[in-house]
Amino acid sequence: MKGGFAGTRSKRVLTGRHFMLGNHAVVEGALAAGCDFFAGYPITPANEISERMAARMPEVGGKFLQGEDELCSIYAVTGAALAGARAMTATASAGYNYMQEGIEFAVAAEIPCVIVDVQRCRGENFATQADIMQARWGAAGDHEMIVLAPSSVQEMFDYTVRAFNLAERFRTPVLILSEATIALTREPLVIPAEDRIERVSRPRPNGPPESFVPFRGDERGIPPMANLGEGYHVLYSINPHDERGGIQWSSDVFENLYERITGKIQHYVDEISIAEGFHLSDADTVVIAYGSETRPAWDAVTTARGRGIRAGLLKLGSVWPVPEKEILQVARQARRVLVVEMNLGKYAGEVERLCGGICEVLRVTKNRGQIHTAAEILQAVLEAAR
Amino acid sequence: MSTHPLHHYLREGSLPHFFCAGCGAAQVLNYFLVAVDEIHLNMDSLVAIGGVGCTARIPVYLKADALHGVHGRTLPWATGIKLHNPALKVVVFAGDGDAVSIGGNHLIHTARRNLDVTMIVVNNLTYGMTGGQVGPTTPRALTTSTTPYGSRERPLDICNLAVVAGATFVGRSTAERPRNSISLIKKALQHRGFALAEVVAQCPTGFGRSAIGTTDAIESLRWIKRHTTTRRQSLEADREGLSGEFVTGIFVDKDESVFEGTSVAASEIEE
Repeated sequence: MKGGFAGTRSKRVLTGRHFMLGNHAVVEGALAAGCDFFAGYPITPANEISERMAARMPEVGGKFLQGEDELCSIYAVTGAALAGARAMTATASAGYNYMQEGIEFAVAAEIPCVIVDVQRCRGENFATQADIMQARWGAAGDHEMIVLAPSSVQEMFDYTVRAFNLAERFRTPVLILSEATIALTREPLVIPAEDRIERVSRPRPNGPPESFVPFRGDERGIPPMANLGEGYHVLYSINPHDERGGIQWSSDVFENLYERITGKIQHYVDEISIAEGFHLSDADTVVIAYGSETRPAWDAVTTARGRGIRAGLLKLGSVWPVPEKEILQVARQARRVLVVEMNLGKYAGEVERLCGGICEVLRVTKNRGQIHTAAEILQAVLEAAR
Repeated sequence: MSTHPLHHYLREGSLPHFFCAGCGAAQVLNYFLVAVDEIHLNMDSLVAIGGVGCTARIPVYLKADALHGVHGRTLPWATGIKLHNPALKVVVFAGDGDAVSIGGNHLIHTARRNLDVTMIVVNNLTYGMTGGQVGPTTPRALTTSTTPYGSRERPLDICNLAVVAGATFVGRSTAERPRNSISLIKKALQHRGFALAEVVAQCPTGFGRSAIGTTDAIESLRWIKRHTTTRRQSLEADREGLSGEFVTGIFVDKDESVFEGTSVAASEIEE
């Protein structure tokens, strides 16, 4: 087929070694995770995701939609997900703004779906991590967000698979917080055999429609999910709804709903958190970073070690909910932590909230449309450790 | 006590409904249920979608799968659902604000694609739920809560928009003509492709009070009747003289291929 990917054993999982673009690795991760619906609206630097999806979806029996805008994309994704699809959309910062109301609906109606935000500077396609707070707080109403921050092409693939599984497991939208840097980087990628790729599916009703209570959580607060058209007659409303889905204007209904949809995530942070430590065992100066900034940070820490500084790195792969346990563990052992990020200093506030009074927290920020160089981070580490 | 013959189509525990006395949207709910009953629509395969507004509440009362609560995004939901599972019958209920103001762009593009979905628009000429503000279909010069000196906005013809955008079934009736409205809804439900059925309806609470000087539903319906003309009459009469009138009838009814996604279907790339 023209424009296809011939010569592979499975059309869905391209098992083997590749040299691949970050945006393309997201697509292959999604397909490996069982994605069968994609909708997106053109925006740089996320276009390679839509373009590859347009070619790949028909090959695996899925559907590709180019929406008339980002609102169409996010709502088509939630609609398809309610009909049973493993659905995804991808956009970049300006487009991610528009998607907030659709994410609010997905949170409230507990719809598993995956969103990719390839962060870019306002109006321009330069590197940034400025959406880190919008990723958490963009949608209206009390809610939790699961947000993963890949730092390499391999992680683009791995985290996309994980994002689908978390979305299905927790019945909630999951965001992949990508960046212009890694989205447009080509590097080696290993795609495992199809049977080595984990595929979690949403909990399903196990009784007849008559006895089904659509929004009664299981022991973890997660309700089983019927697909549209299966005779369960479920009402999905953004309005406060009781266990049966009925719209109710009652304070107890409000409280129970919000406690359940936030609690189902808050109480299981350990199952979500991805954090990796480098040279942490004796470190007194620890860099905390996420996404592409972990790469120069790793270089800087390694160089500092060579100069006799007891430097370490805590690399966060999941940023929301905050991996508090891992960050606190570092704070209790180190003299100081340096939060390195490509914005005016946003996630640093979270680290200060956790570590304030336990250790010193320093901000290493940069908002010049460029990733930090290893030398810049090294200098900050040397100054801090002096 | 006997129950209403259409009562079994309603969601358990959803009554009493929230519509005002004499509401046109509630009347359209009734018309829809009669239509469903007459064409034996399978409620298990129905997905009813509402956005925000009084009309958007209709799906809440139906014993069917339903989506509700986001203003203007009904058709994108419908698009995702239909593409993933074309066997489902998807029906959108939208007021004039939902359909052509906040959701206007989605209407244009869903009609253009000829998605196989039925859209029932209850055009009550105002934003009823929020207190009777001027809307995209409010006739000129009328007084509303945001046009206290009369509206200077030019009203939009929903059916014309749908026709131009490429809808394959478009028709209009008024709440004052129940059988015509039921017949229109039945035809729209039985159409394959994008079908838009507009019902011009009364809002005695939000629109009647300020715009036409009555909170009485019957008086409001009489006002609609006075401003209604059939498509045949309008074609015969001088078009200029009919500006601002509600023209009823079926404007387009054709069979064209329906939307199955932007990129080609898998069956088309098999060797």
